[in-house]
Amino acid sequence: MAKPLQRSSPSRSPWLDRLSAFGVWSVALIITAIFAWIMGDILWRGAGQISWDFLTLPPQNAGRDGGIGPILVSTGLILVVCLSVSLPLGLGTAVFLSEFTAADNGFGRLVRRSLDILSGVPSIVFGLFGYTFFAQTLGLGFSILSGGLTLACMVLPILIRSAEEGFRAVPADYRLSAASLGLSRTATLWHLLLPAAVPGIVVGLVLGIGRAIAETAALIFTSGYVDRMPTSLLDSGRALSVHIFDLSMNVPGGDAPAYGSALVLVVLLILLNGAANWIGRRLSFQSGFHWR
Amino acid sequence: MVWSLQAIAAIAGALVLLIAAFLIGETLPVLQKVGFLPFFTDPAWNPTEALYNLAPMLWGTLFAAAGSVLLATPLGILSAMFCQYYAPAGIALLYRRLIELLAGIPSVVYGFWGLVTLVPLIGRLHPPGPSLLAGMLILTMMILPTVALTADASFAKVPPAYLQGAASLGLSRWGTIWGVVIPAAKSGLLTGVILETGRALGETMAILMVCGNVVQTPQSIFDPIRTLTANIALEMAYALGDHRSALFVSGLILMGLVTALVIVADAIAPEENHG
Repeated sequence: MAKPLQRSSPSRSPWLDRLSAFGVWSVALIITAIFAWIMGDILWRGAGQISWDFLTLPPQNAGRDGGIGPILVSTGLILVVCLSVSLPLGLGTAVFLSEFTAADNGFGRLVRRSLDILSGVPSIVFGLFGYTFFAQTLGLGFSILSGGLTLACMVLPILIRSAEEGFRAVPADYRLSAASLGLSRTATLWHLLLPAAVPGIVVGLVLGIGRAIAETAALIFTSGYVDRMPTSLLDSGRALSVHIFDLSMNVPGGDAPAYGSALVLVVLLILLNGAANWIGRRLSFQSGFHWR
Repeated sequence: MVWSLQAIAAIAGALVLLIAAFLIGETLPVLQKVGFLPFFTDPAWNPTEALYNLAPMLWGTLFAAAGSVLLATPLGILSAMFCQYYAPAGIALLYRRLIELLAGIPSVVYGFWGLVTLVPLIGRLHPPGPSLLAGMLILTMMILPTVALTADASFAKVPPAYLQGAASLGLSRWGTIWGVVIPAAKSGLLTGVILETGRALGETMAILMVCGNVVQTPQSIFDPIRTLTANIALEMAYALGDHRSALFVSGLILMGLVTALVIVADAIAPEENHG
């Protein structure tokens, strides 16, 4: 697509062309350098902290010593709560929007518009909402449940957007063939559309997990700060991102374990991303194969 | 089947109303007592003495967002141009992956890096260090991927025929980009700018960690500031009564700003189909 530009065309103002090329390349180099700086810094100063003990032991002395074991467990539980609510809700909405409403349907448009606004709501506002609604009105208190439910509201627009695109990417032929074979809409959905839309759903899942695991502001007043090993979903549990925040702002001398935790968080995000990309590609291949 | 799906969609769609309803419900006590105007006219922010001036923090939010948008927009658009028109295919692919990774770095990690690396650097240049400038720079890095990725996508949508036409007219590479590509991708670029502005206004943790959190209207970029979002995060833990309500007022202001931006972005977006 960019082919016509690759050819060196007779230039009307060669110096401007050269200057702009220089500018574009320098911007790309500067951004790459800053990225390398951030990642290098975290890798360099975080790698020394990582050990089996760091990953499994409970934090001691406000996090200066010990590890992040219970914090990883809390983070995982918050994520499980978040996904077990947002996934069915998101998939249902995506199916409804893409398969059961016309593009000019008023209700569908209303839902889409409100999801657009939801995706722009700042995370601290989700925190305020989660605190008053889940923690106080529903009486769940500072708990993993409150935090997970708050995050579920937050990742819902991302999940729906990607899943919807997944369903839209399924060729119309599939639906026509299913209809001509006399398959019911439910059967078409379960056996044909859902498997074929898996790549889009997985992409949404990854983006949602990424956003949930990176979130801090929405969790401070919902899942709280307690760094003990949680024994139930109604216990307060400190997420990894909250731990990094607390160590760097409230704990003098907490920089070293904060670097370690930041490295764990970043590596976790990169791994999740890669793994889910890979799964998405495999599954779409399998369902395609099955269809033929 | 359809009904249950419609019910699910209705729940998802009503969430934003539920959030707005709860915010408004929590702000009512203080709004009924003092009204809306004192939030901009009171002499100071001192909620324990019933003084609720949010203006310095609103300025903090607006200055930090404006500075970072001014920096990130040209950088993001240039970096999208790099991907589309300057880099060899392999490098463009790698560079795009890198921007995606940048977009995925959590804000608390940016904040932490800013706190231990950027703030001391600025402190050496011009004390104290935690400042509006630090906030702007960190925000720039955080919102840059948003502009870069949306600009990249809208450049990719420019019809190839436009580029071929420009090439056959003998336009230079920059001439093509400036005269053909940018006008064709205008609405997509604008949407990117609006999205990044929303993100800059709503960012909390990173800015809380690097800005110093002094309640004052900044006189220079080296002054520490406190943003509306940081104020909520800092004071919510111990706020009671009207103080608590006042924090919800700032939450409501933020939500109003972002909602307005999203509606503007939605209004611009359909144009792209005609472009």
